[in-house]
Amino acid sequence: MFTDVEMCEKPDVVSTPYGSTSILRIRNLNVFTEDHHILKDINLDIPKNKITVLLGPSGCGKTTLLKCMNKLTDLYQELKVSGNIFIDEDDVLHSNSNIPAIRQKMGLLSQRPYPLPMSIFKNVAYGIKLQGVKNKSLIAETVERNLREVGLWEEVKDRLHSPGASLSIGQQQRLCLARGLAVKPWIILADEPTSALDPISSKIIEDLFRNLKQKYTIILVTHILRQAVRLADHVVFMNFGEIIEQGKPMELFKNPSTKQLKEYLVDGN
Amino acid sequence: MPNRRIFIDKISQGWMIASLATILLLPVIIGLALYMKANPLLEQQSLSTLLFSSEWLPSQGKFGFWPFIAGSLYVTLLAFIFAAPVCLFAAIHLTQFASKKLIRWMYPVIDILAGLPSVIYGVWGILVIVHFISDILAPFFNTSSSGYSILAGGIVLTVMCIPYMLNMLIEVFNTVPIGLKEASLSLGSSYWESVKHVVVRKSFPGIISAFGLGIAKAFGETIAVMMVVGNQVKVSGNPFDAGYPLPALIANNYGEMLSIPMYDSALMFAAFLLLVIILSINLIFRYLIHKTTRK
Ligand SMILES: Nc1ncnc2c1ncn2[C@@H]1O[C@H](COP(=O)(O)OP(=O)(O)OP(=O)(O)O)[C@@H](O)[C@H]1O
Ligand SMILES: [Mg+2]
Repeated sequence: MFTDVEMCEKPDVVSTPYGSTSILRIRNLNVFTEDHHILKDINLDIPKNKITVLLGPSGCGKTTLLKCMNKLTDLYQELKVSGNIFIDEDDVLHSNSNIPAIRQKMGLLSQRPYPLPMSIFKNVAYGIKLQGVKNKSLIAETVERNLREVGLWEEVKDRLHSPGASLSIGQQQRLCLARGLAVKPWIILADEPTSALDPISSKIIEDLFRNLKQKYTIILVTHILRQAVRLADHVVFMNFGEIIEQGKPMELFKNPSTKQLKEYLVDGN
Repeated sequence: MPNRRIFIDKISQGWMIASLATILLLPVIIGLALYMKANPLLEQQSLSTLLFSSEWLPSQGKFGFWPFIAGSLYVTLLAFIFAAPVCLFAAIHLTQFASKKLIRWMYPVIDILAGLPSVIYGVWGILVIVHFISDILAPFFNTSSSGYSILAGGIVLTVMCIPYMLNMLIEVFNTVPIGLKEASLSLGSSYWESVKHVVVRKSFPGIISAFGLGIAKAFGETIAVMMVVGNQVKVSGNPFDAGYPLPALIANNYGEMLSIPMYDSALMFAAFLLLVIILSINLIFRYLIHKTTRK
């Protein structure tokens, strides 16, 4: 494992075309199952405080790539992962020391909201309680601040102790975002976060993302090209487990340089 | 043509309702039949004497069912205390921590254990558990025991319950969506914390229901327990003593000694009691499930 780290490039600070440094650096990432090469030699820098959009046809490996970033691939015994993912100086895939702490740097927003089986309040308090925060008023304050941040506070302040699952799907998704923000992540990993939502809830989430990028870096998987255009600072197009093209959204969408992206854009519109 | 389809539709609906009604009515019919058969005894003696007296002298017309009720409860309780934690931790390990390979090996083993006829457990109990208790365990605790005891019944019942309960618990844990674990982990929990706070909590109603069904099944189990429990009418808190659970009373005596007046009724009452207790266990657990699901 040690040699793995040495073989690849040093985690030097790479500046991106956006005038910001890259917060996450993926090097030679490969993911296999027994009979399938899911991700092939992924090399990718994620610019800090930007929204990076991952695009690509269904099954091309976007979700898998996101799961590698905070090592959720551990949950899937059948996946073999190799390569390096650097966040700060830590290598996510090879640092055995403190995976929970590394994972806390990345909030996850999945396709469907998964409220934890506990109250709204405890959902948001979950992460900081794990960090060892015991002070009741500090916890209450954190919960309120994060629920406000996602615009949920007014809607739920009178029923903080009812189950998270009792909220509507759109509210649940915002709850999931709030509980993710409560642990102060650096990056938000969002996997088609609006695909299960109605147009209004989707718009709320989009507006939130636009504001959140002041403080956070967002990596967003989406199938909605318009959403990509609206939100993206950087677009990464994948197909069959490879990165085909990447760049600024306008340049990429106006002048796709590969046939695959051209076809994808035509089919998507 | 449309008429024919409507006709078939009607018929098939009728069939479904009829089958459903049969299933729903079955316990009522059984219960009623038992109750009517037991009625002569109930008219003669008060319910509280029948339930809580320990005097069992059929030839003198004294029917106190407490030894049998207590014996059943005791054996079931022991089985539950032994089996519940084992099954819970085994199910958590198998579904959350074990490799896929181990799980592939475990499923057929569990199925085989669950499918073994209870006589086999009884024979195994006589050959192994009874001797183990009389030769090793009782001397260790400075008492003597023939080995045919409440404890033997409890252990045999434990072994019989394990595959049954384990199967249900594995199902329960498998239904927890992996997205929940991902959510918990990405908030910075360790793997064990996710299991504890999220998987187990989410499965709580299911766990309770698995326990309830396990207890109900254990309470009614007859042959294997009867073979090792000693079948002596007495009330004792000592697990090394013999006992006499309700199902064993019925199975041992029905068809014999029916010349004794009221004996027939008494056995029917025992059966009725068994039915009521199992129904109550089910109801209690239904209520608990309901309570925990709402939270
Ligand atoms: N745990 C797994 N075991 C086996 N194959 C997997 C596993 N996870 C993903 N795959 C395979 O990897 C490929 C990529 O899956 P992934 O979910 O990453 O696609 P995606 O780009 O997110 O697709 P979508 O847009 O439909 O969500 C698919 O072919 C899938 O079958
Ligand atoms: Mg996906």
